[in-house]
Amino acid sequence: MELERAMLSAMIHRSAEKIETESEALCALDLAIGDGDHGANMKRGWDAVRAKATEIAALPTGEALSAIGRTLVMTVGGASGPLYGSFFLAAGATLERGCRLPEDLVEVVAAGVDAVGARGRSKAGEKTMLDVLVPVLGVLRAEAGRPGLIGAARDAARRSAELTAPMLARKGRAAYLGSRSVGHVDPGAKSSCLIVEAICDSLEIRP
Amino acid sequence: MTGNVGIVIVSHSFDVAKGTADMVRQMVGEDVRVAFCGGGAEGGLGTDVSRILQAINAVWTPKGVAIMVDLGGAETNSEMAVELMPADRRGAIVICNAPIVEGAVMAAAEAAGGGSLERVRAACEELSAV
Repeated sequence: MELERAMLSAMIHRSAEKIETESEALCALDLAIGDGDHGANMKRGWDAVRAKATEIAALPTGEALSAIGRTLVMTVGGASGPLYGSFFLAAGATLERGCRLPEDLVEVVAAGVDAVGARGRSKAGEKTMLDVLVPVLGVLRAEAGRPGLIGAARDAARRSAELTAPMLARKGRAAYLGSRSVGHVDPGAKSSCLIVEAICDSLEIRP
Repeated sequence: MTGNVGIVIVSHSFDVAKGTADMVRQMVGEDVRVAFCGGGAEGGLGTDVSRILQAINAVWTPKGVAIMVDLGGAETNSEMAVELMPADRRGAIVICNAPIVEGAVMAAAEAAGGGSLERVRAACEELSAV
């Protein structure tokens, strides 16, 4: 349990740090194909989560993930707030229903990814967060239980985010740009990559 | 008045939301409760789940609440707000698929006449049927 609390705390701080560092880069990506506020929105959300880190990390893991989700919903704004919020709320709900980590990791992440798809009425291939989350889930399934799982998930996130550049946006404001969305990495895919990296970092903590 | 379905207007723009509510007031009068919100958490254009929740609560009645939205994010954030409402109230809140200004006026007119939530929704969604 001690280790799980430490992982939660590390995940929150690592996510907030990565988003803070990349905030301007995320805004620049969003300016190219959206309204330019994704980095600022995500920073506001993760700053709010970080401000409650001690209190959240003390909760049972399922409740902690749900609390992260609720905080993101209330503070990120835009469409990303509900999308990231839904991910953590749905993942948290699986643990509150009895899933256990690390053995049920695939099921927990799958619930989060499904919730993002349902909330955005989207699927992989439409130049969104899902173009990172779905491949990462695929790696978790394929490599479950093998050493090197965390590294493989991190690599998949980085590679998949880059692969959104040539895609044509079909969801969100970028979809209004049509073919002009091609050539830019999707900001939601990039921020999803940062969060996946942060989660991977926190899972590598050793007692 | 609390016996009538409440109306919530959610736009990305505070001015559009307020203007729509003004038109509803002028055309339908005071027999229906209307709340509106527009703009992001830190100002500017956008929609904000906590303000949508406040608006829903401001006009809540057991007869139900109809939400009118503009672009995609308004709908996504409204869905999220509905899910964050207490379970026993969620079933009495609908997000209408209608143009925001015309839909709000049609929905409010039906609500002011005492129409059920389903009738209110049907009245404004007729605008999208063609």
